[in-house]
Amino acid sequence: MTIVHSIPATRRLILQGAGSVALFGLGGILFAAPATAAANDKYPEEAFKQKSDADAIKALYGKPHEASDKVKLDAPEIAENGAVVPVSVTTTLSDVTSIAFFVSENPNALAASYQIPAGTTPSVANRLKMAKTCNVIAIVESSGKLYSATKEVKVTVGGCGG
Amino acid sequence: MASTIRVRAISNGDTTEVQALVQHPMDTGLVKDAQGQTIPPHFIQQLTFEHNGKKVFLANWGPAVSKDPYVKFAFKGANKGDEIKISWVDNKGANDATTAKIQ
Repeated sequence: MTIVHSIPATRRLILQGAGSVALFGLGGILFAAPATAAANDKYPEEAFKQKSDADAIKALYGKPHEASDKVKLDAPEIAENGAVVPVSVTTTLSDVTSIAFFVSENPNALAASYQIPAGTTPSVANRLKMAKTCNVIAIVESSGKLYSATKEVKVTVGGCGG
Repeated sequence: MASTIRVRAISNGDTTEVQALVQHPMDTGLVKDAQGQTIPPHFIQQLTFEHNGKKVFLANWGPAVSKDPYVKFAFKGANKGDEIKISWVDNKGANDATTAKIQ
């Protein structure tokens, strides 16, 4: 009798073991992929393809961000020409590894993402295209956490050709 | 042909401020030309700045960066007279590189 009972028991154990290994494997891939996307030198193709700002942030970093007054986003109140909108960001946060710019109503929200190696000042100025009046979001990655600043820019003439 | 990259790097004691202007159409792939033909996307994907072989700045760009892109940043650890190397590559695989002396 004991032998008959022990066979299903071991089989169950093996099955359980296999199941948890599979779950671990899947979890590892899901969490590891977005985190490395922002850290290595590879061009973040997937993040640039996302339409909404939330999806683009998820594809680039894969973690939530919080608004912070330590991130200073400088953009004009009104941009006369949406094709050239000067946007810059500076931050007092330390240990910054990357800075990214998102334009929420553009066909693809992610505009630019910058890697900041150690020794480089966490401050970037650039010029972006904006399709219409919407929010510009700057995200600063500091010590592995994400901090953001948002500003609405009114666009008189859209910068997507139209 | 003259380089597509214009760079000004100014040493300010400890930090070096770098400004770069690249000549590039940065076409989004959404705009039509006068004949109604869509202009295919053509934009710079990566712009790299190196000092003494060490990367000091890397830009990943999408088509939402303005035509003839401009970027400004600053880094520490360079001296006057040092050279920085700037290079870009676009979505069609074209590229260009130049060096600039820190002033």
